[in-house]
Amino acid sequence: MISLNHYLVLSGVLFAIGTAGVFLRRNLITILLSIEIMLNAVNLTFVAVGRYLGTVDGQVITFFVMTVAAAEAAVGLALVIALFRHRETLSPDAFTLLKW
Amino acid sequence: MLLLIPLLPLAGFLINTLLGRRLPKTVSGGVACLAMIGAFAVSVMASLGASASATHAIQQTVFRWIPSGDFQIPFALRVDPLSTLMILVVTGIGSLIHIYSTAYMHEETDSEYARYFSYLNLFAAFMLILVLGANFPVMFVGWEGVGLCSYLLIGFWFKKKSAGDAGKKAFIVNRVGDFGFILGMLLIFVTFGSLDFQEVASRVAGVAVEHSMGTITIATLLLFLGATGKSAQIPLYVWLPDAMEGPTPVSALIHAATMVTAGVYMIGRNAVLFQHAPMTLAVVAGIGTATALMAGTIGLVQNDIKRVLAYSTVSQLGYMFLAMGVGAYAAGIFHLYTHAFFKALLFLGSGAVIHALAGEQDMRNMGGLRQALPITFWTFLAGTVAIAGIPPLAGFFSKDEILFNAYSKGHELLWAIGVLTALLTATYMFRLLFLTFFGERRHEAPAAPAHPEEEEPAAQHGAHRAPSTAHDAPAHGALGTAHDALSTAHDALSTAHDALSTAHGAPSTAHGSHLHDAPPAMAFALVVLAIGSVFAGFVGIPAAMGGSNRIEHFLEPSFEAHATAVGEFGPAVETQAAAPNEGAPGAHGEGSEDHDTEWMLMGVSVGAAAAGIVIAFYFWYRNRGAADRMARTLSPIYTLLLNKYYVDELYDATIVHPIENGSTVALWRGVDVGLIDGAVNGVGALVRGTSSGLRRLQTGSIRTYAASLFAGAVLILGWYLLR
Amino acid sequence: MDLNSIGFFVFGAVAVLASLGVIGQRNPMHSVMLLIVSFGALAGLYILLDAPFSAVTQIIIYAGAIMVLFLFVVMLLNAHTEADSVPAILGPRGMQIGALLSILLAGEIVWGLSRLGLTWFGNDPATIANISSVSRIGLAIFTTHAFAFEVTSILILVSMVGAVVIARRGH
Repeated sequence: MISLNHYLVLSGVLFAIGTAGVFLRRNLITILLSIEIMLNAVNLTFVAVGRYLGTVDGQVITFFVMTVAAAEAAVGLALVIALFRHRETLSPDAFTLLKW
Repeated sequence: MLLLIPLLPLAGFLINTLLGRRLPKTVSGGVACLAMIGAFAVSVMASLGASASATHAIQQTVFRWIPSGDFQIPFALRVDPLSTLMILVVTGIGSLIHIYSTAYMHEETDSEYARYFSYLNLFAAFMLILVLGANFPVMFVGWEGVGLCSYLLIGFWFKKKSAGDAGKKAFIVNRVGDFGFILGMLLIFVTFGSLDFQEVASRVAGVAVEHSMGTITIATLLLFLGATGKSAQIPLYVWLPDAMEGPTPVSALIHAATMVTAGVYMIGRNAVLFQHAPMTLAVVAGIGTATALMAGTIGLVQNDIKRVLAYSTVSQLGYMFLAMGVGAYAAGIFHLYTHAFFKALLFLGSGAVIHALAGEQDMRNMGGLRQALPITFWTFLAGTVAIAGIPPLAGFFSKDEILFNAYSKGHELLWAIGVLTALLTATYMFRLLFLTFFGERRHEAPAAPAHPEEEEPAAQHGAHRAPSTAHDAPAHGALGTAHDALSTAHDALSTAHDALSTAHGAPSTAHGSHLHDAPPAMAFALVVLAIGSVFAGFVGIPAAMGGSNRIEHFLEPSFEAHATAVGEFGPAVETQAAAPNEGAPGAHGEGSEDHDTEWMLMGVSVGAAAAGIVIAFYFWYRNRGAADRMARTLSPIYTLLLNKYYVDELYDATIVHPIENGSTVALWRGVDVGLIDGAVNGVGALVRGTSSGLRRLQTGSIRTYAASLFAGAVLILGWYLLR
Repeated sequence: MDLNSIGFFVFGAVAVLASLGVIGQRNPMHSVMLLIVSFGALAGLYILLDAPFSAVTQIIIYAGAIMVLFLFVVMLLNAHTEADSVPAILGPRGMQIGALLSILLAGEIVWGLSRLGLTWFGNDPATIANISSVSRIGLAIFTTHAFAFEVTSILILVSMVGAVVIARRGH
């Protein structure tokens, strides 16, 4: 039988995969995708716990998270486009002006 | 009213310091002299008042100085027989020296002149505070103050390095002594609960005499350490010969008549205390005698006129300490009093000689001045005879008193050494007289230099650097003949110079090539002091000679304890703790065998003095060559004496250089540069290093930042999971 | 093994594998596709959790809108392959450390969760009906969480404006 723990473990694994992607990939778009993975993992957690507790709040929260994810993806991609125009590259290592 | 006595010179100091450079010389000199003469007048009045009172004392509390719970120190001044004598000596002889200085220092500029007199007045103020103080702290204020003024005055011509060095040496050596004084003072406070002299005396009177090393002995030994510093005894006498770098009137006032006697005075003031520590008294007497002998031997071969007198002062101070050490406090103070007269006279006389010879201080370059400087010669002769101890001049009575007391209290060895030193004293003093005033003229005509501070130092340098080589002595004779030839040529030159200098005007005439006797101001002081040297001893004619030894009776109450508390004085109580001076006529005149002993002792000391004169006469009047030959044959001893037993070099090697090296290597390089600078710089270096390491975190790469965030999150999660 | 469990394992495996593919693929286009697959798997999981509304919105919003947006940008920028001209600051060493850290994180989460006791879902039909009812969700959004709803609206507006401003060509 499947318990809450299973879902939580799955969610944790997905989250770890997402974070690994954030700093292992050298493509800005892929980094943003990894962030989406992380957000999804969190969504899964919310829904699972909501189901466990018997409230709808979990799904409500996922609804909002999705909205925010959309907004963030929009802005992030706009930034990527702007950056691409400057340097013609999508590698995060090219943007090191904040260096010492 | 007592406050006026130090206050008048203090006012003179303030006037001369603040306004001095704008005042003409007559005004600044006049202000200073008037302050001293005024102080003398008030001192006389105070003394009369004190002797008229029942307790032979007047006390005045000027203000509450240190009120701290039970520890109350008022700024109190007290006049009793001992301090009466001291203030009269300080103000009287001080006034004469001020008058003398107006002429001696005349070639200085206005501001230097005023500076000199301001320091001199300040010194007088402090010395008066020292002797008038009714408790240890007030005395210590004066003690430190005279040390400071001594430094200022020795280093008066501070632009000359040796003068500055001498001033520093005096101050630093005195400091060592002062350290002992402070410790002694604190120990007395802890033991007796009070620092007032009368209080301490009455409290210690009730305690038994300490025959072993106890608190009182240690306290008095520490006080005596202070006295050796101030009064130039072994081991802290080394500053006094160097102090001759100062102007001659300063040497006369400070280093002959007054400041150096502070140590003797201090012991006299605490007679009851010292009486309870026989071990200390033995040390005092021993050191006094040893110093007297040592200084006497050194003075025998010195060539600088002022140095001979300096060592003579050290020697005579040794006599005073000998007297204090055998318990003859009145005799010691009596010698202090007569010594002030003739030593000041001798110094001022030598100043007149130096002044006349335009800065020459080496006796080997003097001679034949008897006819040229008559007043100087006759007064100097009076002083020399007095110090040699020939009756009926003053020195005889006081010195004889000391020797008699030493002998009759059983210290025959000390007495014998004292007699030997008396012989040496007569010898070197008459040597000085003969070399300076008799024989053929050996001085060159001085070539009109610009400032006295360059002359006196130049001659000083010549005498200073000269020692250590034994070829001084043989050159003596040869130089004599060479100088003879030179001087005839120079005489011709000097008349030409005379004509020139009068044409040139003021600066060169004062110390031109002509020999002139002391100007009126200087002559006045010399004559008064000479009269004193002759007649001052008559206050202490011993019973054996039919006198009543008035001074001893006069000083008696000061050396006893009064059995009442501070502020009130009952009649002088003759407790068994009274310092046993032989003032009671009984001890002195009991039976004719005592008188016979005294006559015999007197004869021995006069004989010794006479023998000394004869020796001096032979070697330095009749047969100069014999002195040189003797110096050559005994040249190791001669060199040893000429170099003052190498004591300065010894101190240098054992104390000064180790401290210097230790400070440079260990303290400066090690601690200051290494540790402290290292720590401070190290902190800076640490910050710099850390930050340069840390800034590498700013890679500008967001991936690295994300990575560090991630790592942090993992760690924190792990931490919480593990708890 | 009932349907629930099978469904969970299948969908879970797909989700994990797809995610691994997302971060492992060189071509961003492929990454986007695989992510859509992952989202689909997640939607399936939601259905298993009696949250049909979430599943549907997941497909519509995430897979339908956001991923399409990503696709647009990928094609616009012509970012077919990884740009290798700029040297990486995080060298292969960094990669290994990063992988290690991720595994550590996963391990921590798993281990932490294993310390808890197993918690079972309730199977009360009334509750299930409550959860899966869309009207209930609607009510909750518009009444209890009305404030969050309004704020989120403003957030979307702001991001829209922001995206336009940032991506504008020239100033």
